[in-house]
Amino acid sequence: MTGRLPLRGLGKLTWLEIKIFVREPMGLIGSVVIPVLMFLVLGRTFGPRLAEAASPAAAQMRTGLPVFVAVFIAISAVLSLVAIVAIYREGGILKRLRATPLSPVTILVTHVLVKLALTTVTVVLMFLAGRRYYPAGADVPLLSFTVAVLFSTWSILSIGFIIASLVRTARFAPPLGSLALYSMLPFCGLFIPMDALPPAMQAVSRVIPLTYAVSLLSGIWQGDPWSAHLGDVAALFVVFGVCTAIASRVFRWE
Amino acid sequence: MVFIAIGSDASVKWPGVRCPGMGNTSVVRVSGIRKAYGATVAVDDVSFTVEAGEIFGLIGPNGAGKTTTMECVEGLRRPDRGRIEVLGLDPIRNAAALQPRIGVQLQEAQLQKRIKVWEAVDLWAALYDTSVDGDRLLDQLGLTDRRDAWFMTLSGGQKQRLFIALALINAPELVFLDELTTGLDPQARRAIWDLVRGIRDRGQTVFLTTHLMEEAERLCDRVAIIEHGRIVDHDTPAGLVARHCPQRTVVVTTAHDGAAARFAGLDSADTVERDGDRHTIRGRGEDLVTEVIHCLSEHGMRVTAFRTEEPTLEDVFLTLTGHSIRD
Repeated sequence: MTGRLPLRGLGKLTWLEIKIFVREPMGLIGSVVIPVLMFLVLGRTFGPRLAEAASPAAAQMRTGLPVFVAVFIAISAVLSLVAIVAIYREGGILKRLRATPLSPVTILVTHVLVKLALTTVTVVLMFLAGRRYYPAGADVPLLSFTVAVLFSTWSILSIGFIIASLVRTARFAPPLGSLALYSMLPFCGLFIPMDALPPAMQAVSRVIPLTYAVSLLSGIWQGDPWSAHLGDVAALFVVFGVCTAIASRVFRWE
Repeated sequence: MVFIAIGSDASVKWPGVRCPGMGNTSVVRVSGIRKAYGATVAVDDVSFTVEAGEIFGLIGPNGAGKTTTMECVEGLRRPDRGRIEVLGLDPIRNAAALQPRIGVQLQEAQLQKRIKVWEAVDLWAALYDTSVDGDRLLDQLGLTDRRDAWFMTLSGGQKQRLFIALALINAPELVFLDELTTGLDPQARRAIWDLVRGIRDRGQTVFLTTHLMEEAERLCDRVAIIEHGRIVDHDTPAGLVARHCPQRTVVVTTAHDGAAARFAGLDSADTVERDGDRHTIRGRGEDLVTEVIHCLSEHGMRVTAFRTEEPTLEDVFLTLTGHSIRD
């Protein structure tokens, strides 16, 4: 054994990237502060009314709101990754790192870990901040829900890598990434129930990854066991596998 | 040109390489490499060697193919044809074995804006099995008082010194420096030159590129001139000057009667121009200066100013390519 681990430097680089991220005020505001504030504002506006109302629509909103914010957190994480990869590539940072024994996989895994850590913090903050507006949500399985958000984020990050591979310039990466990800929102069953969509749109909704993430998150928020959502989990695994395979073929270091 | 297939027996020839002193001490051997980007041929049939313990410079104007060549040698690019051997290894196939033994500074590289100097050194040190003491390295490079500074706050010279530190952290046998002093002021440039000489003096080999002829002349033990992707010539800077620009010029200011005629009679003098008391004597060969001095003393001439002008690599480049490197 030469001691050359395949992911050498992973721990140090991950910790370093977290520190670097925290030093960038705009990134922190976009990824953590805005989703939490959004949840607070929405929760404060609709929360009390939703808690009292007994209609099915209100029931859906009770779940829909936290799931929407969770999806927003996941998308923010992915967009932040896209931006970072684009900036690092344009600035020659990826190239400089490639001229060391650091493996390319390590660099990418590092950024995934950083984004997942950030997602965890944001979800927990959101939960704590929103608690008073969701008295009924006190028995929501926080751990399970956080894991579900992390798993969904992890899966959607692979789409981010494809976007980061295709969009070469740091200037266009975030807007094009937003376009790609946010355009999935109307079809994912979050705002309009799947059954209410016309058949053509239902077909679209069945092939977009966000649909499965929303289904998983809603279920877990409502207290479903994971076993009830094996289909969603499988679909998100497939998304990750396929997108990672594509990304690893089209990814460019410079 | 003959392309020799992969093989590692001792009889392998390195076509196109005519370096004196080439032998077992070559740490880099490049033979007939070519690299094209689409229809643009960046590097064409380039061959050279870098010898152990020297500062070798690949010099030429921007866009001549310096960086492409260097990145092929570093294993960051795969040449379309030709062979490269670095420390006896193939830079692409044996990348994992080679990387711990080389240090790389890339042209216009950046680090994370908000990474601190010590964090970068610490991270780099963690990537290698063996590493030198980071704090000592920062001290040697004059970065100790900037150790807690963010990368984005460093001056151009400080950034380059940090990149040198990162290239040296693993005590490499061979260090690559690509356009190290571009964009630096003359003072920072001189400081960097001293650091590079220090690397060689510690026994490490340096392979650098530059478009600054003065830098090449002052720093490099041997240079290869590259132009339009081809090596035009290679030798020591003095050797190139002696071969391509043997002209010497002596400028003497004297009021002595008949001085111009006496200078014109010297064996090595080709032309003598006179402008008032100032005589510009041009000739070839190393004896010109001695002959002028003898002539002055023999005839007891009173000299008020004396200056010799030697051609530089700049002139060599002009002679070889027909244009100035700045064009």
